[in-house]
Amino acid sequence: MSKKRVVHYINQFFAGIGGEEKADIKPEVREGVVGPGMAINTALKEEAEIVATVICGDSYFNENVEVAQKEILDMIKQYKPDLFIAGPAFNAGRYGVACGTITKAVQDELGIPVVTGMYIENPGADMFKKSVYIVETGNSAATMRAAVPAMVNLALKLLKGEEVGSPEEDKYISRGIRKNYFAEERGSKRAVDMLIKKLKGEDFVTEYPMPDFDRVEPNPAVKDLSKAKIALVTSGGIVPKGNPDRVESSSASKYGKYDIANFQELTEADHETAHGGYDPVYANEDPDRVLPVDVLRDLEKEGAIGELHRYFYTTVGNGTSVASSKAFASEFAKELIADGVEAVILTST
Amino acid sequence: MRLELGNIFIKDVQFSDATKIENGVLYIDKEELLATVGGDERVKNIDVELAHPGEEVRITPVKDVIEPRVKVEGPGGMFPGVLSKVDTVGTGRTHALKNVAVVTAGKIVGFQEGIIDMSGPGAEYTPFSKLHNIVIIADPVDGIKQYDHEAAVRMIGLKAAQYLGEFAKNLEPEEIKYYETEPLLESIKKYPDLPRVGYVYMLQTQGLLHDTYVYGVDAKKIIPTILYPTEIFDGAIISGNCVSACDKNPTYVHQNNSIIEDLYEKHGKEYNFVGVIITNENVYLADKERSSNWTAKLCKYLGLDAVIVSQEGFGNPDTDLIMNCKKIENEGVKTVIVTDEYAGRDGASQSLADADPKADAVITNGNANEVILLPPMKKIIGTTQYVDTIAGGFDGSLRADGSIEVEIQAITGATNETGFVRLTAKEY
Repeated sequence: MSKKRVVHYINQFFAGIGGEEKADIKPEVREGVVGPGMAINTALKEEAEIVATVICGDSYFNENVEVAQKEILDMIKQYKPDLFIAGPAFNAGRYGVACGTITKAVQDELGIPVVTGMYIENPGADMFKKSVYIVETGNSAATMRAAVPAMVNLALKLLKGEEVGSPEEDKYISRGIRKNYFAEERGSKRAVDMLIKKLKGEDFVTEYPMPDFDRVEPNPAVKDLSKAKIALVTSGGIVPKGNPDRVESSSASKYGKYDIANFQELTEADHETAHGGYDPVYANEDPDRVLPVDVLRDLEKEGAIGELHRYFYTTVGNGTSVASSKAFASEFAKELIADGVEAVILTST
Repeated sequence: MRLELGNIFIKDVQFSDATKIENGVLYIDKEELLATVGGDERVKNIDVELAHPGEEVRITPVKDVIEPRVKVEGPGGMFPGVLSKVDTVGTGRTHALKNVAVVTAGKIVGFQEGIIDMSGPGAEYTPFSKLHNIVIIADPVDGIKQYDHEAAVRMIGLKAAQYLGEFAKNLEPEEIKYYETEPLLESIKKYPDLPRVGYVYMLQTQGLLHDTYVYGVDAKKIIPTILYPTEIFDGAIISGNCVSACDKNPTYVHQNNSIIEDLYEKHGKEYNFVGVIITNENVYLADKERSSNWTAKLCKYLGLDAVIVSQEGFGNPDTDLIMNCKKIENEGVKTVIVTDEYAGRDGASQSLADADPKADAVITNGNANEVILLPPMKKIIGTTQYVDTIAGGFDGSLRADGSIEVEIQAITGATNETGFVRLTAKEY
């Protein structure tokens, strides 16, 4: 069986070209191994080998990201690799960002496994840990001997399609991906054990470290509502009767955008809720209870608001992940702005 | 308050011409059972079927799961304030039929009923696949509103469990467990040197089919209060909710609350487990503030050093969980919180709808959004026609061959937040 093909990426320093004074060199590619590629190649053994090494100056890469990325991708493609390895970058910030950027680009464009390595405080780690596997290394090249086997071990696992272990097992920086497994003890027993440790002041490990919570500061109040175009947006699941786009009753993967230009109010005959998280009787009897089109029409007539926007946006907030909600809103917020909407009433259930 | 809980282990359940328990086999007179629980004018058809562990059987849509128990000695009867008078329970002796449960199924009430697979990968995720299930399929009359439908099926399930439990009354249990909690001052005198711990038991009370009853009272309308743990073993708390199947507490989970069981294990040795504070999860901000203020106040008043807080449901109640945690910690009482996660199908999203650095000791019962493929089953009890629309299902969940691709959210008890199961999650 022939060895799998690997392309390796390093900066000007590890290629032996020079330090800061050479950081502006443009990308170049050399056949075979250069610098740390030697140790990597040895560790890859019979499984794979480095067929080419791409070298780029850190300043050049970071100052010309788009151009450099394209140039480098083209060089990599020529060698038809099965695997791509970048770095390790240790605590070199610009090198880390370059390794993260290029591994992500290769993963997205070529669809092959990629691995890089860096120190946990390297800015590239925070930027790319969710996108690619970054093996956690020490903060200087003195730790190369530990970094290489860890990177190669993970790279080979990915190459062979083997299951990747936990960050501790496979020594990579946690990607923030939650995966289920069956623990030895039931949750209640683990809770009691944790309680005892906390009581005694002993060390314990929380099973879910609290994230930095994304809180949104409300915008300042609209000065003159009588001229404002107002839109209605809901996570209460109001949809045209029959739920034409099949918005899911929970964990929604989509949102709907519907025209209400011809509705003075919503009724049982024309709208309903798709939400699976509450008793739908009252919302179905009068969908205005969740999406108050009737009241907004009144306010429109009274001149209290400028106008009600002709489209409403809707999804189901029931178990729908924060990431999905954020993605929906960032998409339709652009449309709302483009349509001249100045304020949105968000209703939830 | 001292309760003897006598466990009678059932090896098999069969239909027969008379209901009785002999040599570990529960025989059920189907006609008598149906006559006892039937007759509700809100129900059109009612039937009962059996499902055993390991069988290629799928039960859905599951509403509640209930363990048959009976009061043998001491005041009151099972499900006080609902089926029995409102005497304070939790004292004397109770018999429980182990390895069996009454499961209520039939036409869907809302969207949040679940699936119990008796074999295959789905069975790993539901604690109820290990039980001999007596499944009551009750279909409502046409045109009934959801809340009436839910109430009718809830009462039928409780009555069936009560009916079967009665047959355990005169049996000699194979195992007796003793649970005792003294009045506060006495327990402090008895264990002067032990830290005092409690359990803050959050009950699902968002309303609109998300309700829990305590001694027959809708828990939306309570302010936090104190129970002896043994009252809960005697059916003082019952489920009336159609919350997502994975993390609602079916009545069975209340009756067998594993946090209470596991806290009792080291009671009098590592700590003094002084009692349970029940609280609710209402949707109004004022209610959330009031209830979390009160749980914190009661923790302090009882002189607790630490508590376990368990959640029921997700999303909106995440705020109650975090409020409880924060305010209790602010009283100088240490907390461990028990929850589950909605981290998206890929596990990459934020898991809870609220967060606070004070919540530094968390037990998670898994990511409910994780997707599972359930293979076709030979027999369906109930119907799979709602699978695409139940919480955790999506368009195309039910495939032509009868297999089902769903989030584990749809599996009854999969991520139960009283730590009733072993499922958990870690970060990759």
